[in-house]
Amino acid sequence: MSALLQADEASALLAAAIRGELPDARGRFGPFGGRYVPETLVPAFERLEAGVREHLHDASFQAEFRKELHEWVGRPTALTYAPRLSESWGADVWLKREDLAHTGAHKINNAIGQAILAKRLGAKRVIAETGAGQHGVASAAACARVGLPCSVYMGAVDMQRQAPNVDRMLRLGAEVVAVESGDKTLRAAIDEALRTWVTDPEGIYYLLGSAVGAHPYPYLVRELQSVIGEEARQQMIDLAGGLPDVAFACVGGGSNAIGLFYPLLGDDIELIGVEAGGTGNGLGQNAATLATGTPGVLQGSYTIILQDDDGQVQETHSISAGLDYSGVGPEHALLQATGRVKYISATDDEALEALEELCASEGILTALETSHAFAAAKEYAKKHPGKRILIGNSGRGDKDMPTLTQYPARTRSHAGA
Amino acid sequence: MQAHERITAAIAAATKSGRPALVPFITAGYPKPADFIDTLKAIAAVGDVVELGIPFSDPMADGMTIQRSSFEALRQGVSLKWIFDQLDAAGSEIDAPLVMMSYLNPLLAFGYDKLADRALAAGVCGFIVPDLPFEESADLRAALEAKGLGLVQLVTPATPEKRLQTLCDASRGFVYAVTITGITGGDAGLPADLTQYLDKVAGLSSLPVCAGFGIRTYDDVAAVGKHAAGAIVGSALVEVLERGDDPQPYLQSLIGQ
Repeated sequence: MSALLQADEASALLAAAIRGELPDARGRFGPFGGRYVPETLVPAFERLEAGVREHLHDASFQAEFRKELHEWVGRPTALTYAPRLSESWGADVWLKREDLAHTGAHKINNAIGQAILAKRLGAKRVIAETGAGQHGVASAAACARVGLPCSVYMGAVDMQRQAPNVDRMLRLGAEVVAVESGDKTLRAAIDEALRTWVTDPEGIYYLLGSAVGAHPYPYLVRELQSVIGEEARQQMIDLAGGLPDVAFACVGGGSNAIGLFYPLLGDDIELIGVEAGGTGNGLGQNAATLATGTPGVLQGSYTIILQDDDGQVQETHSISAGLDYSGVGPEHALLQATGRVKYISATDDEALEALEELCASEGILTALETSHAFAAAKEYAKKHPGKRILIGNSGRGDKDMPTLTQYPARTRSHAGA
Repeated sequence: MQAHERITAAIAAATKSGRPALVPFITAGYPKPADFIDTLKAIAAVGDVVELGIPFSDPMADGMTIQRSSFEALRQGVSLKWIFDQLDAAGSEIDAPLVMMSYLNPLLAFGYDKLADRALAAGVCGFIVPDLPFEESADLRAALEAKGLGLVQLVTPATPEKRLQTLCDASRGFVYAVTITGITGGDAGLPADLTQYLDKVAGLSSLPVCAGFGIRTYDDVAAVGKHAAGAIVGSALVEVLERGDDPQPYLQSLIGQ
């Protein structure tokens, strides 16, 4: 993909990204990003952009956001040393514990931030999409917290794979709308949420869950998630004796990865994003968008997407619903094109194996999404012994039990078996 | 005459004969790719301008009917290249100017310059791109205008007045006035304050204004026709095709023929 940018252009854009100058006034991260939305939504996006400009870095918004992060989400989340993984991998392994955040994943950082924003912008109700259900649960909880009604759009296929999360959303007071169109997963849920927003662009606030879509969402979500990397950076200095040599995060739409990476862009740290390699390299067998995709426009943004020669967006496969998406945030597309972040993939099987290893050696049941980052970090440690490794442990795996029970536990036998 | 002026002229001819212009929409290759050109000819014989939908995997501005037709056409292998090949083979037998309605990504994948060449050769006079707002449209407009093709701008009841003027000025062929704040295929009827909105758009536009979304009956067309030059009929026509009915009597009924 580096052929997308000339070398001097790439280094200028990377420098601008590190200085915090991207996205530009048109919502662009270099060639990527922008705002490709139906005309009916243009005024709504302009209002949102103006609202973000007015509130996001305003002292009163920041005070409320930081207070909620501390007292309700439970931040700062821990940085945990992983002694047995470190010994077995021949590395120094540290985990940024977003799984310990309220509702079980990093998604809550963005959800509570946007819910506070929605309230300040005078929204009558909130809509959200969800894939794995984590963003749906986080949105339902955040909306309950600020006192706004919430409707979550979820693909019918995902509702089956993530049934416990559907029940959680309902109990948190949200309405869950089954999406039967398209591929019945995350992409169809976003399409349906956009269609709903079109019916009432003034009354509805669309609480988008990842660093994807039209401007200003990739920027807004990055700003709200950057707390992950800001905390982790300081914690590494305080607890680990210095910055990591390398940091890993899983990438679906890429919100947890951009949250971890963005505050580290200017440091001498190798950054590696890990996508879902699924069951193989063929179109439709994986969700490794950056590794195998091409530039195009999907759901409001010019970015890298999985598509055929006719520009039709392709369905994806991953064992983890949260990585099962045909696009990726435009800032990741830029970070790949500039060479600052390397994007690789881990397969379903590698992720499952990594999940079990982490469970058995550190007592942490991580999410299937996050397991992809562990699988890649292990491979890296084998090739580069003695490195200090930071892994973004983006969420907990309790929600994955319906999927995991289909695979026998490999690391140990059941008592009495 | 440039290609986009053919669209304007066809609408003006209907106005001159004392009736609203009819702009039927079909999804190309739906329900059966083999019937595409016959269906198109039948529709073009009644319609003044025909809007030809290019199927897309993520039709985010469309309701269930057009989504279904789009997914079904894709499943049967319809692509932009295939559509151009069919139109080329049909030659000059289609007697209404064509406007292609496509989401942006299939056009990007095809390449803008090649798109303009093939569109002109195939009798396509303009494009409607529902996920391409004016601010992002400079490259496509330049490629189309180099060949005399037009990019039709959409305006909606949510569009502020200053922006309305910009969009009316930038449009080519006609101005597409979306009647409702919503997606295609709604059955809630036309809004009560529609006439005021259409009059406002018509007042700002030097091109004819055609209204679309939610138009299904003779009464709808007649009501819209008092305040706009033409009516666009999409989901209701696709439903007729979906049922396997002859589209011509339905289209004729809309203009009292």
